[in-house]
Amino acid sequence: MTQPLLEVDELVVHYPVPRGLVGTVTRKPRATVHAVDGVTFRLEPGQMVALVGESGCGKTSTAQAVMRLVTASGGAIRFEGRDLTSVGARALRPLRRRIQMVYQDPYESLDPRQRVRQAVAEPLVIHGLGGSRGQRDALVREALERVELTPPDLFLDRFPHELSGGQRQRVAIAAALVLQPVLLVADEPVSMLDVSVRAGVLSLLDGLKRDGLAILMITHDLSTAARFADRIAVMYLGRIVEEGPAAEVVRTPQHPYTKALLSVVPRRDPRERHAGLVLRGETPDAVRIPEGCRFHPRCPIAVPACRAADPQLGPTPAGHPAACIRIEESAA
Amino acid sequence: MTPLLQVEDLHVWFDLAGGGELHAVQGVGFTLEPGERLGLVGESGCGKTTTALAMMGLLPSSASAAGRILLDGKDVLAGGEATMRPHRWVDVAIVFQGAMNALNPVRTVGAQIEEALELHGVARGAAARTRVGELLESVGIPAQRAGRFPHELSGGMRQRAAIAMALSCEPKVLIADEPTTALDVMVQAQILELLDALCRDFGLALVLVTHDLPVVAQLCDKGVVMYAGRVAERAPVDDLYHRPRHPYTRLLFAATPDLDDLEQPVASIPGAPPRLDRPLAGCPFRPRCDRAFDRCETETPALTAWPDGSEAACHLDAAVPA
Repeated sequence: MTQPLLEVDELVVHYPVPRGLVGTVTRKPRATVHAVDGVTFRLEPGQMVALVGESGCGKTSTAQAVMRLVTASGGAIRFEGRDLTSVGARALRPLRRRIQMVYQDPYESLDPRQRVRQAVAEPLVIHGLGGSRGQRDALVREALERVELTPPDLFLDRFPHELSGGQRQRVAIAAALVLQPVLLVADEPVSMLDVSVRAGVLSLLDGLKRDGLAILMITHDLSTAARFADRIAVMYLGRIVEEGPAAEVVRTPQHPYTKALLSVVPRRDPRERHAGLVLRGETPDAVRIPEGCRFHPRCPIAVPACRAADPQLGPTPAGHPAACIRIEESAA
Repeated sequence: MTPLLQVEDLHVWFDLAGGGELHAVQGVGFTLEPGERLGLVGESGCGKTTTALAMMGLLPSSASAAGRILLDGKDVLAGGEATMRPHRWVDVAIVFQGAMNALNPVRTVGAQIEEALELHGVARGAAARTRVGELLESVGIPAQRAGRFPHELSGGMRQRAAIAMALSCEPKVLIADEPTTALDVMVQAQILELLDALCRDFGLALVLVTHDLPVVAQLCDKGVVMYAGRVAERAPVDDLYHRPRHPYTRLLFAATPDLDDLEQPVASIPGAPPRLDRPLAGCPFRPRCDRAFDRCETETPALTAWPDGSEAACHLDAAVPA
């Protein structure tokens, strides 16, 4: 049996809500944020999976659990067959090298006092890799070439403020690549960048993927996910409500939440103006998860049964799974 | 007929700390009619927010402005603060990207709107409180939430409250500077729907400042595409997409992925916008343009009208469509 590179299995991430002084004194019951509530997906080498959803849906918590930046409350995260949720700090270190992260804001993630050379070499120093200074330098240059900052000599001695937004994000990606990871977690990698340079950074990630890197992309932007990811998992309140090949999810969405999300994404063509399916209200907070289907209070096609049943991902006519008890009826 | 608002040959310079000047806005112009929705679109640093602040007379003290901003035919820029002040919030109001920054965190939303009403002599006392309720309802916030503090509201609700406050003097023009950028797509859709309704139902004219072309395509009647402090193209949104006259407009659309067109390759525009702290020679977009020719090196193109009404600052003519 082949084993996927990353296998997230029924992942649960809960955060306790601080009660505050008054809450503690009055023994207010402890509340919990159910950030991730049973998420399952897998990722193969050379594949890009996009976790898509609005703020508070649990996509970033899922990514942070994979990075072991937050502790999973339940479930398993198997990376190359080993469960990351249970390995100790010492055993984690070599694994960490193989999983790297790119953050949303290259203005924040790069140290303004570090030159590009230092920023990209730092992970090598931290992990005690790269051998001599000369060898390290060669690895840094190679990483810069992979992110198309060429020739590297033009960039090595620059400070972040001397670079454009797109170039900064490329430096951040180079610093992730220098450790030769097999899995890259990219949390909203282009949302802080100007429209004209986004496509370049996304194409770069696309190229790295084609070279065999596995990429877990976190994004709220369905157009980007649809264009660049192989698979899309749509999240709502800590759960994946629909998952499948990117083009299929976008062309034949099954879950009413996916349908609504897709309908409100602004299109470029002014002639394609249509009244989107604008849902009322906002995502409820993850402390008080609605009973039954967690989407039912905002769902345009909810029936009384949706208040009782908590639907799991199941087969749909489109071929990819979604979590809705009304799918067969609405498809008929 | 005089338009409601007319911006003519607007220039803004910023004094730089280390000496020198940054010419942030270099001759921007457009007109706006009652109920019309105009999108001011471009990348960071193109001068769109500076233009919006100049229209409000809210530029920082390090900036100086020249040109004309005509409101009902009367120049409000020429007299500085003295001519600007009577119109600010009364005729032209603005909402900013982060509603949290526009609202006072230690006062309730209702109290802040009430203060705006009293300050401008619109209403006071019980009448003001009734009006606060009406204003909140008009943006989709239940009137009883007037007693909430900004942090007790969600991001979308805060942005609605900021819009309600901007509407307190019943302005003719609302400037919305990236009003949905920090919001989720569903909340963005709700806010855009609200802005659309305000224009339709109350004849409010909208200047939507954004980097997001699809949002302009969906909400606005016409668009002003800015590049390097100048107007690159000015046209009805349908023409911007279907018949772009400036290569920048075309390339910007091509850089934007679209759900209806997944097969189409998405390409970024190489290079970066020019620095505005030194004089520009030739076309400012030339180094990034895929259609530049020798004339673009030396001659800065002026905004020129096409027979169909769109205008572009580009040397390419009808014989060589962009």
